[in-house]
Amino acid sequence: MSTDTGTVTTPEAAPLPADGGSGTPPRRGILTPFNVIAGLIILLGAWLTWQRFTGGLGAISHLSNNQPWGVWIGFDLLTGVALAAGGYTTAAAVYLFGQKQYHAAVRPAVLTGFLGYALVVFALLYDVGRPLRLPYPFVISPGVTSVMFEVGACVALYLTVLFLEFSPAPLEWLGWTRLRNFMIKLTIPLTIFGVVLSTLHQSSLGAMFLITPAKLHPLWYSNYLPVFFFVSSIAAGMAMVIFEGTLSHSIFRRQVDPAHEEEHHAVIFGFAKATSLVLMGYFGIKVVGVAVSNNWHLLGTRYGLWFLLEMLGFVALPAFLFGVGVREKKLGLIRFTALLTVLGIVLNRLNVAIICFNYRLPAAQRYVPSWKEIGLSVFIVTVGLVAFRFIVTRMPILHDDPAYKDAH
Amino acid sequence: MSISRRSFLQILGLASAGAALPTTAQAAHGEFAGYPDSFAVLHDQTLCVGCRSCEAACNEVNNLPAPDRPFTDLTVLDEMRRTSAGAYTVVNRYRDADEPGGPIFRKLQCNHCLEPACASACFVGAFTKTPEGAVIYNPSVCVGCRYCIVACPFNVPAYQYHNAANPVVTKCTMCYPRVKEGLLPGCVEACPMEALSFGKRRDLLHLARERILRHPDRYVDHIYGELEMGGTSWLYITGVRPEKVGLREDLGETPAPEFTSGALGAVPMVVGLWPVLLTGLYAINKRREAVQKRNLTEAVEQAIGETQAAADRKAAQTAEKFKKDKEAAVEKAIQKALKEAEAARPKPPEEDA
Amino acid sequence: MLAVIHTLQEFMTRTKGIVYLLILAYLIGFPLWWRFLNRNNKDD
Repeated sequence: MSTDTGTVTTPEAAPLPADGGSGTPPRRGILTPFNVIAGLIILLGAWLTWQRFTGGLGAISHLSNNQPWGVWIGFDLLTGVALAAGGYTTAAAVYLFGQKQYHAAVRPAVLTGFLGYALVVFALLYDVGRPLRLPYPFVISPGVTSVMFEVGACVALYLTVLFLEFSPAPLEWLGWTRLRNFMIKLTIPLTIFGVVLSTLHQSSLGAMFLITPAKLHPLWYSNYLPVFFFVSSIAAGMAMVIFEGTLSHSIFRRQVDPAHEEEHHAVIFGFAKATSLVLMGYFGIKVVGVAVSNNWHLLGTRYGLWFLLEMLGFVALPAFLFGVGVREKKLGLIRFTALLTVLGIVLNRLNVAIICFNYRLPAAQRYVPSWKEIGLSVFIVTVGLVAFRFIVTRMPILHDDPAYKDAH
Repeated sequence: MSISRRSFLQILGLASAGAALPTTAQAAHGEFAGYPDSFAVLHDQTLCVGCRSCEAACNEVNNLPAPDRPFTDLTVLDEMRRTSAGAYTVVNRYRDADEPGGPIFRKLQCNHCLEPACASACFVGAFTKTPEGAVIYNPSVCVGCRYCIVACPFNVPAYQYHNAANPVVTKCTMCYPRVKEGLLPGCVEACPMEALSFGKRRDLLHLARERILRHPDRYVDHIYGELEMGGTSWLYITGVRPEKVGLREDLGETPAPEFTSGALGAVPMVVGLWPVLLTGLYAINKRREAVQKRNLTEAVEQAIGETQAAADRKAAQTAEKFKKDKEAAVEKAIQKALKEAEAARPKPPEEDA
Repeated sequence: MLAVIHTLQEFMTRTKGIVYLLILAYLIGFPLWWRFLNRNNKDD
């Protein structure tokens, strides 16, 4: 697949990335629009951080005794974990299911996964009341009956796995070949372990809400919550690979080598087809969920209409549109549909954690996030984007380092 | 016939292992009966007059900060309140004074469930159901994740959202330290109407049943907390349907830990089987690729071999033909040479006649 | 030797605790077992 021979090539033969593959980006003015906006957001984040840790959670959030979990859990944690699922799905497809034609998608997906989970931990430092005690469940007092204990253990281990899976890229950038070659050897066991851990924590994030039948609306509460969360995470991850891939390939096009560009289309169409399949399956089991609890009559209520919107507009519709996009070879439609799918996952997680949670409380007592809470979430995502850009513009993510031909 | 020392020790070992296996207390209902002699509190809602003496006592006994409005201010009852960081218990008014039947009140606090959702949910084990009946909280391990608050079906635990350094979860303790000393919980002692009774849970259940039997017109025939969420250690008998005093009737009797036991049970299955399946899948794929590769190599070699053989045959044919042609040419040359030699041979001289 | 278990919570604490230890042992043992299986022939 790669035609690089490791020698200097002429532009006509096999063009290297514009930075010459040396790992440093071309010089540009520092005050680009992105940098300015990101900088302002980071300043805002610094201020909110100071407020949070001097004034407590109440200083910047609308979290309450009735609604102890808000956007930091509903979005940064639940949605973040679901959208970072591209790491395990892509690695499994390539390394375990033999789909070598998607190899170019692995490093970007693993990077997205690693940054996604790192941001989850980062967000938790703000959300929990005593962040320095986060290791307590594992070293001081394990609460083994808690689903969250299992989530925490799996997320901690999986973050480690993702870091190790990601490590060859920075090691190639640093030129530490021996360590890099050793890490490459770990790929298969890490991938297997990653799938095990992901199955567990993706499903367990849903299982956490099993203990709240009194508070979560019956159309979203189900004994199948763990299955729903796990299956939707597969769709979320693959849709993110498409979405992030199309964005990266245009924003960072200077980093993309021809082999990656070529494989990119195979990834888009292949993943679109797979996601369509998964979404259809997810839709089916959600219908089963309604049937099993005999909740058809709830579909006519306001929450029922909201449920139908989520299912039809953000699950069934993208499943169908992916199919059309693959059959008619419409790249633009697939990109749009990937975004639609991602938004659908965001909607589902927010529904479970916030919108359809505490559905019995009178409207006046329902939770609305403060602008500072949203600001902090934006800050956290921005930090992730800045890190993503730093890594992609320096390390062999969207291209192969010619010195390491065995990347395939 | 004497037993060998080895088999004697083996039997001993098995016997003690058997004795060491955990046994479960026999159950009245369900598999686990709870602690047999645990205490509970019975709240007779029909006796509550909303004086808030219990709130004041709780505040004092627990050294809580003074509230914004004093406990003698009964206008706070105009609004529905819930427990909060500074208030382990509140009394609510559920029917106004001017409504038919007059005002009704109920005291609300932690119900000290037999199988607490908070204890099940807490990932650092900060909550413990004590043998005395109280569900107590250990702030020294609490990470502040607030999953307990999410899990509690009664919306009881509260959090110190404005404490930056040492925020803790707050809830009624059933005055556990006092109970251990043989004292009554602060609220029970303070109630002037004796709307709160403290005693063994099973005794209080008898007491409640008796009161309902004696005054069927006064009470709804239901002891709230006997079975709800698997049973609680704070029992209520009410003059109206529990719903009307904010006691949800749709919580069911399933204890909280049971809701997640299925999902937790699946974890070791996934850990045990996924690696086997995925490793197997990987190995099968690798084998298939290796076989494909070998087939390909063989096919290529065979093709090369056949091509080579064909080429060899052709070469041999060509060589053969060449040889024949050469032989023919040689033969022809010889014939020609012979002829020429024949023609060139000097004729024998002929006689002139 | 071990205490009587009174509540479902206690029961689950006991059983899940043991299960997590088993999981730990399995995660260590599985790769070792795999290496044992592949020791003689070509490594993957």
